[in-house]
Amino acid sequence: MSRNKKVLGLIFSNMHDNTIADLTKERTMGSVLFGGRYRLIDFPLSNMVNSGIDEVGVITKSNYQSLLDHLGSGREWDLASKNGGLHLLPPFSHVSSGMYRGRLEALYGVWDFIKTSDADYVVLSDCDVVASVDFASIVDSHISSGADITAVYAKDVITVEQAQKATVFGINDDGRIVDVLTNPYMSGACNVSLNMFVLSKEFLKNLVLEANSRGLVSFEKDILQARTHDYKIMAYRFDGYFSRICSMDTFYKANMNLLSTANREKLFLQTRPIYTKVRDNPPAKFAIGAKVKNSLIGDGCIIEGTVENSVLFRGVKVGKGAVVKNSILMQDTVIGSKCEVSCVVSDKNVKVSDMRMLTGSQNYPLYLGKGAVI
Amino acid sequence: MYTKKECVAMLLAGGQGSRLYALTHDMAKPAVPYGGKYRIIDFPLSNCVNSGIDTVGVLTQYQPLVLHDYIGNGQPWDLDKQYGGAHCLPPYQTALGAEWYKGTANAIYQNISFVDRYDPEYVVILSGDHIYKMDYNDMLEHHKAKNADATIAVLDVPMEEASRFGIMITNDEGDIIDFEEKPKQPRSTLASMGIYIFTWSKLKKYLIDNENNPDEDKDFGKAIIPNMMKAGEKLVAYAFDGYWKDVGTLDSLWEANMDLLNPNIPIDLYDPDWKMYSRNPVLPPQYIGADAVVENSMITDGCVVEGTVDFSVIFEGVKIEPGATVTDSIIMPGSVIKSGASVEYAIVGENCVVGEGAQIGARPETFDNRDDWGIAVVGHNITVSENAKVLPKQIISENV
Repeated sequence: MSRNKKVLGLIFSNMHDNTIADLTKERTMGSVLFGGRYRLIDFPLSNMVNSGIDEVGVITKSNYQSLLDHLGSGREWDLASKNGGLHLLPPFSHVSSGMYRGRLEALYGVWDFIKTSDADYVVLSDCDVVASVDFASIVDSHISSGADITAVYAKDVITVEQAQKATVFGINDDGRIVDVLTNPYMSGACNVSLNMFVLSKEFLKNLVLEANSRGLVSFEKDILQARTHDYKIMAYRFDGYFSRICSMDTFYKANMNLLSTANREKLFLQTRPIYTKVRDNPPAKFAIGAKVKNSLIGDGCIIEGTVENSVLFRGVKVGKGAVVKNSILMQDTVIGSKCEVSCVVSDKNVKVSDMRMLTGSQNYPLYLGKGAVI
Repeated sequence: MYTKKECVAMLLAGGQGSRLYALTHDMAKPAVPYGGKYRIIDFPLSNCVNSGIDTVGVLTQYQPLVLHDYIGNGQPWDLDKQYGGAHCLPPYQTALGAEWYKGTANAIYQNISFVDRYDPEYVVILSGDHIYKMDYNDMLEHHKAKNADATIAVLDVPMEEASRFGIMITNDEGDIIDFEEKPKQPRSTLASMGIYIFTWSKLKKYLIDNENNPDEDKDFGKAIIPNMMKAGEKLVAYAFDGYWKDVGTLDSLWEANMDLLNPNIPIDLYDPDWKMYSRNPVLPPQYIGADAVVENSMITDGCVVEGTVDFSVIFEGVKIEPGATVTDSIIMPGSVIKSGASVEYAIVGENCVVGEGAQIGARPETFDNRDDWGIAVVGHNITVSENAKVLPKQIISENV
């Protein structure tokens, strides 16, 4: 990315909340826990920082206490800086803003913030995609193609359920988007939108101000779809490793996919680290009699039982004789001794008493809500 | 601008740790990794913060780069303060010239102006050589209650070990009436832990006197404490009965790590009321492979374990390949143990590569004469080639 082009990052932390309603009951999509020690927003935020973007606004709407707690001053992402840095943008950050109904209204609500940035380009991203994305090369491609909007997509084979929570592009041979389907009833190989966009700030300005005066709400429907042929909307294909999270099922699989070393090596690149909040846990402890196979283990875990094919977040305890299989146990979950737990997604601070048996299935994992005592 | 602090800590971190030389070639002893994700200095620093002491001068001299980088602005320990916080204090040049720190007392003497900025009533002197959890505030309360000029933390050690320490002889009130450095026939079992609290105005006077006397050692144990005792100042002992370990030798460093794996030894890193802080690396969680066997061990972020690990402490970013075996050992950050390699009763330093089939160390049971056996040590940044052998007691500082 050329040094003299300044880029502003904007992250939408609440988009797609409804796709995993269980996990977003008390938090934003961006603060959903993922991969043993992360929250989903760590991925777009780290990608922006790793792409040289040093000014990021996080647009949020509701349930954002955990998000604010996680991001703090942005120090862990090197965004606690005097120039640029991290800006949290809750609703009503401007007197004329309010609870937005769509991306365009949200942008209008934070227009005062965008206006004061001296950026030339703006990168928009949601929190539903886990990937290591180089935004710098996407901005470069946006500039060289002369596009009004560049939309990032990936080729993916999806089910009908997944398609109905996706935006799918038709792309011509020149890489231009010629068809936009939102939540289509289809399946198979598709060009799925990764909900990441690049625009010049000037273009965004005209778009947002016009949208406001015409009462347009949805970026996907009112802009990408309605004006497919009015604007030059270019597609940028992301061909790296990614997981798009649009249901409990895809959330579960996205976590489980990290048990593959090949996948982890594509997501956690040495040159593009994924930053997250520090918790100062001691190392994980494996007791006498512990049996751990094919699992990701966060710091601060104390494992006395058996753990297989599972993702354990920081501070999880698994008691003596307990067996945990194919499960995702979030921060500070306690599994009592001699429990049998299979295909379970436990939220933060869940306590499962001794000798319980809990079983879900791979395509419908059993979800235990935050703080539940079983 | 500077407001008063009741107590300031001065942490002596300039030591070379010559008995740890394979690990302290490029870093001062307090920077040596310990306990899976810590460095030795995390213990006194975290103790300070947990005791409510928010101003810490860290006196550095020997190979300070790693240590300075590590401490940075003190943020990981909440010691990045507008006023106070962590300050690295290496020797410096003055209008009168420049000199190294000539001893523990001289190091503090050269930084009198640093301490004076905070106008403290008390100063706690710490060293970066020990693993322990201690509330310095309790010790300070003791110092105040006894109306002491100096308080020395002591540990009751077994009589047979007493001759390795500085031994304090106390009366029934706990006042120190005499002390002996490494006595052949100890008269008491109260060993100095190298932790002192002084009333600053008193200490300052003795530091200046000591500096002005060219015949004296510039050392707390050899000059300041004896001088204060001779002058009839009130010196008291503060008894500590928790876990405390001097990690001055390779053997004791190995033992102190192994102690973390022993449920009967009272050093608990998991206590939420006395958290140990450290600078956290940015790494994904550890992955334990499908054929891995892991028991009795501590392992941290960024590790990939596909071999066998038993009774070991594995630091961040270590890779243990399929078929490799690590038992009763410490593997420091970033090292790779290739498949088929075996590491037993050993310390492997940072960023080492132990080649396929290499053998480091051996179990003590395999030796008829135990005196021939000892911990095997591989220094930092070393490559051990395929099928190479590092024998017990051997200390490797170059590629083999």
